[in-house]
Amino acid sequence: MTWEIGSGLSIGAILLVVIVTAAMLIWVERRLLGFWQDRLGPNRVGPFGLLQVVADMIKIFTKEDWIPPFADRFSFVLAPTIIMIVILMSFSVIPFAPGLGVVDSNVGILFVLAMASLGAYSVMLGGLASDNKYALLGSLRAAAQMVSYEVFMGVSLLGVVALAGSFNLREIVIAQEGGWYVIPQFVGFVIFLIAGIAESHRLPFDIPEAEQEICAGYHTEYSGMKFGMFFVGEYLGLVLISSLITVLFFGGWNGPALLPPIVWFSAKAFFFIAFFILLRAAIPRPRYDQLMSYGWLFLLPLSLVNLLVTGAVILMQI
Amino acid sequence: MATFFKLVLLVKDTLISQVVSLWKVFMHLFVETDTVQYPEQQPHMFSRWRGRIILTRDPDGEERCVACNLCAVACPVDCIALQKTETEEGRWYPDFFRINFSRCIMCGFCEEACPTNAIQLTPDFEMAEYKRQDMVWEKEDLLINGTGKYHETNFYRIAGKAIPGKDKGEARNELPPVDTRSLLP
Repeated sequence: MTWEIGSGLSIGAILLVVIVTAAMLIWVERRLLGFWQDRLGPNRVGPFGLLQVVADMIKIFTKEDWIPPFADRFSFVLAPTIIMIVILMSFSVIPFAPGLGVVDSNVGILFVLAMASLGAYSVMLGGLASDNKYALLGSLRAAAQMVSYEVFMGVSLLGVVALAGSFNLREIVIAQEGGWYVIPQFVGFVIFLIAGIAESHRLPFDIPEAEQEICAGYHTEYSGMKFGMFFVGEYLGLVLISSLITVLFFGGWNGPALLPPIVWFSAKAFFFIAFFILLRAAIPRPRYDQLMSYGWLFLLPLSLVNLLVTGAVILMQI
Repeated sequence: MATFFKLVLLVKDTLISQVVSLWKVFMHLFVETDTVQYPEQQPHMFSRWRGRIILTRDPDGEERCVACNLCAVACPVDCIALQKTETEEGRWYPDFFRINFSRCIMCGFCEEACPTNAIQLTPDFEMAEYKRQDMVWEKEDLLINGTGKYHETNFYRIAGKAIPGKDKGEARNELPPVDTRSLLP
């Protein structure tokens, strides 16, 4: 057992760390939201309230796991597993540090985008199988939102791909040793950030599960651990988007040599996780048609222009 | 195309306001929290807070309550029960005085109704019990040794009723009783 790409040890370690991080984010998010709202957040269970996650886990595992009699049993059970599996699969191509990862794929970005598209099925199936009007509305919204935002999520990354000359995430990180791509690709970074929020349906783009409008959206009928899987899947998506931003625009593990590469990666990823939580604390949710017109009429043309200019500049340099 | 430029303007305006609000919310990280960490840290209670009900004594150390039943009548949830009795000298007092705190809504009407300032509400709010029966407080539980919020009130020293040590006409601000016989011409 060695620490190399694809060894059992590193696969196990990555799986464990990613899931534990996603679970701990429940506590991190509540604490940070508390501080930003002049409160304290959960601070009673264990030191600094760290064991709150354990308490939540015990609660959610021992809750009644109820399947409504009018639901379509097969898809109802299938839906929450899809989102977990799909997002955990996406982590396989993320380069955490030199020599640490699951696969070194030549089409890393495409793989992540494909998996993100599959994630839409989880939400759609969950809403449809529930046979509940709020769940149906939520999954309709989710389908429209994810389909439209995936388009320019991919387009916004093409600038990075063109600069690095590779779809391989590991090579993209190595290509950023001279300078992070956030500087030449700032527009692409902003578009990817916005598309990433919409893709992981975090606030302010949590329109599929907007609690104040449509109850809990697609997971209205879910309870117990099935709800927990949707919940952890959302946090996994948050970690994934933060890791992708780190890898694609902020030089991945690159950083001054005084800290090991994995620490740089984690620090950058955590910065973006905290930024996403700050977005949740500060920005109100847009209306549904605003989100769609904003995506199709503004962000899509902007990302195409960005790609055009990037391509022109690269061609002029050759 | 015009739609696109209109959107660009809209996005520019909204983007600036979004960034400003992000910054303002972030700066709340350095603002002291409003949370009072309750069991370790006691909240500041105001003296007029309507909490646990007490029965007080007058400055002479006697029970203020004259068992007039006005509090029980005023109580909107009927949580007060009492029975009047009197001493051999004719001084009225409650034989039993019972407040069912599982019913009490801390409205303070009893305190307003009380003519002798006997029943008073205090700032104590920590009244949780494990058994419902423990929420019923008897007179021994309610009666305190002090005067509570109102130190002066002393009903039997003001009222004209004769009690041992104070005859008719000896109360505060009371004139001697009119001697009807001396009015004869």
